[in-house]
Amino acid sequence: MDMTVYAVFFYIIAALIIVSAGMAITRKHMVHAVLYLVVSFLATALLFYLLGAPLLAVFQVIIYAGAIMVLFLFIVMMIRPAPAGERSLTAGRLAAAFGVCGIYVAAALVLAFMAAPEAGRPMAAAAASPFAFGFYLFDRHWLAVEMVSLLLLVALIGALHLGRAGRRNQSERKEPL
Amino acid sequence: MRKWVWIVHSLCTGFYTTLKHIFRGPATELYPEYKRPLPARSRARIILTADPDGRERCVACYLCSAACPVDCISMQAAENQQGRRYAAWFRINFGRCIYCGLCEEACPTSAIQLTPSFEHADRDIMKMVAEKADLQVNHCGKDGNYNFYDHAGVADAFRPKGGHANEAPPVNVRTNMP
Amino acid sequence: MGLWLTGYAILMFKIGVILTGVLLLAAYLVLLERKLLGRFQARIGPNRAGIFGLLQPIADGIKLLAKEDVMPRGAHRRIFLFAPAVVTGTALLTFAVVPMGPDLHLGGRKIPMVVTDMNVGLLYVFAMASLSVYGVVLGGWASDSKYAMLGSIRGAAQMISYELALGLSIVPVVMLAGSLSLVDIVQAQAGRPFVLVQPLAFVIFFVSAMAESKRIPFDLPEAEAELGSGYHTEYSGMRFGMFFLGEYVQIQVLGALTAVFFLGGWRGPFLPGPLWLLAKIVLVVTAMIWIRATLPRFRYDQLMDLGWKFLIPAALINIVITGFVMVGI
Repeated sequence: MDMTVYAVFFYIIAALIIVSAGMAITRKHMVHAVLYLVVSFLATALLFYLLGAPLLAVFQVIIYAGAIMVLFLFIVMMIRPAPAGERSLTAGRLAAAFGVCGIYVAAALVLAFMAAPEAGRPMAAAAASPFAFGFYLFDRHWLAVEMVSLLLLVALIGALHLGRAGRRNQSERKEPL
Repeated sequence: MRKWVWIVHSLCTGFYTTLKHIFRGPATELYPEYKRPLPARSRARIILTADPDGRERCVACYLCSAACPVDCISMQAAENQQGRRYAAWFRINFGRCIYCGLCEEACPTSAIQLTPSFEHADRDIMKMVAEKADLQVNHCGKDGNYNFYDHAGVADAFRPKGGHANEAPPVNVRTNMP
Repeated sequence: MGLWLTGYAILMFKIGVILTGVLLLAAYLVLLERKLLGRFQARIGPNRAGIFGLLQPIADGIKLLAKEDVMPRGAHRRIFLFAPAVVTGTALLTFAVVPMGPDLHLGGRKIPMVVTDMNVGLLYVFAMASLSVYGVVLGGWASDSKYAMLGSIRGAAQMISYELALGLSIVPVVMLAGSLSLVDIVQAQAGRPFVLVQPLAFVIFFVSAMAESKRIPFDLPEAEAELGSGYHTEYSGMRFGMFFLGEYVQIQVLGALTAVFFLGGWRGPFLPGPLWLLAKIVLVVTAMIWIRATLPRFRYDQLMDLGWKFLIPAALINIVITGFVMVGI
């Protein structure tokens, strides 16, 4: 088995992802869990970069590690949830979780090999420029992109509406005073 | 629109003001190189002054010690052969002194005075304790010609009865009988 | 193998030079700021260590190194120790994509004057900026102190809000340059710096950059008057020094980015490229110091209003206008 430098890096990063994701779901302390998840996202970004998708890697960092997880952390810091003690992982639950994951991974692998037999070959260094990526995305999948953006717009308007409603209730409550 | 004009105008005024200061030059006086002459009544190191005729002014009345808010003045009163009170020892702990000047205000003889000299910091706190010899000076300080015994009205070896300022000569009570 | 080793040696040399330069410049920017602020306030500023106080940064460094490293009792040890490194590290990493000058030709080898010319360089810069939020948030949270906590919450809210405006303000530049690579963006400004064609984008970028670096008038996360000094209240010694250094490296990063995006990067007549870049960084930093000497701190609602209700809409409108103009041409 020939191990290229890329393969070595791949396995290191993959191990890092699995370990940090595992830590993220087992930590009792919320902030620690969030931080392990951030490490996992950063490692995923590294993996994207290694596979020749720098744009995806950077988006992974900006959006997931940089924005979403900061919001998570923000919320965890603000509301300070009590560390959950009773949610201990029993052997049965652990086995069930591993079983489900194992079936999923096996199914994904089988599907991948069936759909693209060349997936079994060792990885080769590839590179996708932002231009190529953007062209591919907006040329081939423009409908999906538009639908997602519409969904986000709906979410935005919904959030705005909820915020407004809260404020209106508050002002109504204030009026009798 | 007028709001925007106001915003831009006030921003420009602010930036112009700070820019002007760069060309104004610093107003700083560099301390150890240049020592600003302090006013005579600045409150710093305490001295024990002398009378115009050279004798010590302090009568060890304990008023300064009583007035001191941090209790940094202590002394022991004594009396000499001429009947004058003086301090056998007099001690000021400058490590405690807050230079408030209340001792100076309390002093009936203008003996204890604060001077503008302030550079007597030390790393050894025991060196901050000043004894009488360290405090005594041979001049009158701020009060040039005040002599407590000129006004005290108490006869002693130097000033007999009637020898004080604004004091009438003694009258023989037996001569002005009716 | 020999070729590979040479390349590796050159890369390490470049990294070494840039790190040394950046850290040295950060130290002397502190001195510049203190000197200039002194002048703005009719003072002299530090002048005791060396002539004109030129050894002051070194003296400060020695002092910080010699100080005790205090940790509050309730602090989260590892996170507390780790947070200052995030701030400094992400700021330093940003310099990997900043082009310092035109390509050098040395003995038949082309040596680019940049550590790595990423084709997503601009996004990499934003990735680093968004990660630096962690230093502020975790530092404040791990200190287990009310003031630090409030400072870090303010910091997180402010940096997330202004990252948006920062990113959007750069989109017209990317449209004009047609690339996300910082090297290409500098190349695209051969004719005229982008500040002439995109003044609005420049203003938005500059204001958001100041907010990102948490400088007066945007220094709510470390407001001395209300929060002690915000998210780094509990830090002392060189750990505080790391926050401080990180802040000045970040200022330098923003100066360099302003230069690269709007002022033509290393381009300029007569002088070599790195010197021009340095001059432009110092120019931007001087402007920041002038602003610091002039404006008072924003109120929290003013800060959010400026970001969300003015800078982001203005940046969006700017993108649309730029698009129309480009299509029209």
